[in-house]
Amino acid sequence: MEIRPILASLRKHRIPAVLIVLEIALACAVLCNAVFMISQRVADIHWSNAIDEQGISVVTVNGADSKLAASEMPRNLAALRGIAGVTAAAAATSMPLDQNPALSPFVTKPYATTTVNTSVYFIGSDGEQSMGLRLLQGRWFNADEYAGSGFKNFSSTGHVVLVTQSDANRLWPGQSALGKTLYTNATGWTVVGVVADVLAEDPKFSGPGGMYSSVFFPLQPDGVMGDYVLRSTPQDRERVVREAVQVLGKLQPGAVVEGKTYAGMRSEYFADTNSMVWMLVLVCVVMLAVTAFGIVGLTSFWVQQRRRQIGIRRAVGATRGHILSYFRTENFLLGTAGVLIGMILAFGINLYLMEHYEMSRMPWYYLPGSAVALWLLGQLAVFRPALRAAAVPPVVATRSV
Amino acid sequence: MFAYYLDLALRSLRRNKVLTTLMVLALALGIGATITTLTVLKLLSGDPLPQKSTQLFYPQLDPYPKDQPFSRSGKRLPWLMSYVDAMNLLHARKAERQAVMAMSQVKVTPQAQDGKPFYADGVMTTTDFFPMFDAPFQYGAGWASTDDESREQVVVIAGFLNDKLFGGVNSVGRTIRIDDHDFRIIGVLRSWAPQPRFYALHLSGRNYGKGDAVFMPLLSARAEGMTPSTVMSYGSQQSDMQHLETAKSIWLGMWVQLSSADEASAYKLFLGNYAQQQVALGRFQLSRVALSDLMSWLRNEQVVPDDVRLQTGLAFGFLLICVVNTVGLLLAKCLRRSREIGVRRALGASRVAIFAQFMVEAGIVGLAGGMLGLGFAELGLWGIRHQPAQYASLAHLDLSMFLFTFVVALVSSLVAGLLPAWRACVVAPAPQLKAA
Repeated sequence: MEIRPILASLRKHRIPAVLIVLEIALACAVLCNAVFMISQRVADIHWSNAIDEQGISVVTVNGADSKLAASEMPRNLAALRGIAGVTAAAAATSMPLDQNPALSPFVTKPYATTTVNTSVYFIGSDGEQSMGLRLLQGRWFNADEYAGSGFKNFSSTGHVVLVTQSDANRLWPGQSALGKTLYTNATGWTVVGVVADVLAEDPKFSGPGGMYSSVFFPLQPDGVMGDYVLRSTPQDRERVVREAVQVLGKLQPGAVVEGKTYAGMRSEYFADTNSMVWMLVLVCVVMLAVTAFGIVGLTSFWVQQRRRQIGIRRAVGATRGHILSYFRTENFLLGTAGVLIGMILAFGINLYLMEHYEMSRMPWYYLPGSAVALWLLGQLAVFRPALRAAAVPPVVATRSV
Repeated sequence: MFAYYLDLALRSLRRNKVLTTLMVLALALGIGATITTLTVLKLLSGDPLPQKSTQLFYPQLDPYPKDQPFSRSGKRLPWLMSYVDAMNLLHARKAERQAVMAMSQVKVTPQAQDGKPFYADGVMTTTDFFPMFDAPFQYGAGWASTDDESREQVVVIAGFLNDKLFGGVNSVGRTIRIDDHDFRIIGVLRSWAPQPRFYALHLSGRNYGKGDAVFMPLLSARAEGMTPSTVMSYGSQQSDMQHLETAKSIWLGMWVQLSSADEASAYKLFLGNYAQQQVALGRFQLSRVALSDLMSWLRNEQVVPDDVRLQTGLAFGFLLICVVNTVGLLLAKCLRRSREIGVRRALGASRVAIFAQFMVEAGIVGLAGGMLGLGFAELGLWGIRHQPAQYASLAHLDLSMFLFTFVVALVSSLVAGLLPAWRACVVAPAPQLKAA
């Protein structure tokens, strides 16, 4: 296909050509960044979390008299284990993604400092079974450790701790974490086991280094543990939550009892992210539609304006295919100019967003990716007007000269 | 003449319905998206106390050790204050009014027989809180400064809590059970919920939404074992919740009222001296301080969520695309009418007249786009009200945004109309007439 005549014709219709290029460039720039944001957020929503998310339910009891915890908690747990379908039940201070962060710095030497915020979880007897933690190395807490560990000044009076795999690799790179001592200030705990990565209580708040930085301490029955974690099959969980709330409501009439499935807690945590994703998708779709209609409108007008030239070309021997490919090539050229400018714009916007928002650098393949998308969109949009142009009969050339 | 242009424009728009619909629809979508996001942005970045905000200041000190600074960069000052510093500044009474505060989740147990206990947002604060923030009373009043020290078990409750517990009647003098302790109600607020909830910034996770339910004297609440929602510790010893007053922890926010710039600079000087004194005493290692007025405090702490600002930027990008699209379509329309323009010019219409005619046409597209855009904006806000965000229930179109919609619509359509109208008025009449 000879492109020189096309360029000559474009030079004569500079303004509409510039408008199409501009529209494609803007659409390309916005699309790149929007799709990048969508993909980042979708990745957030799918953060892995090595607990039995589908089988867990959590019932929170707040405002109970903490002095009575030692006697009330074992009674409550026994009642919860009596619910049909419950395979394990335990108390805990908090759960991953419960948006109630209890953070502490943990280091490998006394009084060392760190910038990583580690989420602290205290679990009661059977906690590892109820949450469905996955042990990678070492062992679980034994009964003595559960019974002999208390809670004072926000930290454990016991001597043992479980760490996540990420923390084990970060704190003791290339070595086994088992038997090592984990410190906060002067207090140390021996690592007895390494579990697969469990998310922080509020990963967005903890910051990037703290997302999978979690430690687990054993704890005897203590009022500080307000969460009852129940494990069942996913089919049973809704019923288990309902019954557990009733059971605990009767046993603790003075407290506020609320129950949720863990799946519900997770979607609650990501509700904002989820709605942002849908908003971005909506904007992208509508924007592409507007751009496509703009191309259709301008090209149709162009075809209309050039009916006579098309007629002349047809009269001197151009086939319909020639006319069709003329308009498609023209659109391809405009699209190329548009996406080139668009890619530069997209890159610039990404730099700006990195400066002013928590945004990482866009991987390079987003640029050609959205360029291809807009090329295709352009070709799709030009198809009907081009067909209309190809349908212009040669006889038009002889009229109204 | 205007009526004539209007008639011409309407005829022209009616002639090509598909193109007109496309233009109006695209513009309306752009305007709808822009107005929706701007409404939310305006709501979130608004002034919580317009009549008072220039007089309210937030002091900050830095009790953190040098080698373990508050922030990773070491540049930001701690958000909150320790109990000792807050009390020292409070008792110094160097400002017209001053109050310290912390947020707490408290259990409220209704007196009724079958009343189920529930959790409510509580504020632990000091006497100046109400007059300083212009909190309006429906019944009763706040507590006296003597009650701050004497640990009087009194409470001010919000109107919505009064409605819920006492059916809205004057409940002053009655008791309410908070965290299993009886408090005597001395005041009931009228509905009061500054947006953003500026005084709770960094003290609780929630910056928007409905107001707090109960307000208690700080010392009384602490004496009953109520705990602040946010505690940050520094130094080598972590503390338990019972001994926060002596611990190396920051958990209080402080606000002061200063009426003039002179008073503000004097207060800043006082703060600086205080910090230096603490360095000399060995309590602090750093003598830096800050005093921000309300709006700069909100701005610096970026109270508006990033996502909301991103959405607004995105909406403007989208509006720009829609405007470019409208330029293109209007241009197509007007160039198609070159002959008509030629005839009008030949019959004596001036260039200005042609220009005006096409601008009127663009304006009509804009107004129609604005009208439809308002519908899209309402739809968008309806969608936002059904989102889980804290500010969801507040997302409503107010009068100023309603009017602003039409300003945006007219401006964007007239900007879009400029180029086509100019192209139209420079059309030379003779060739067009010949071609006809």
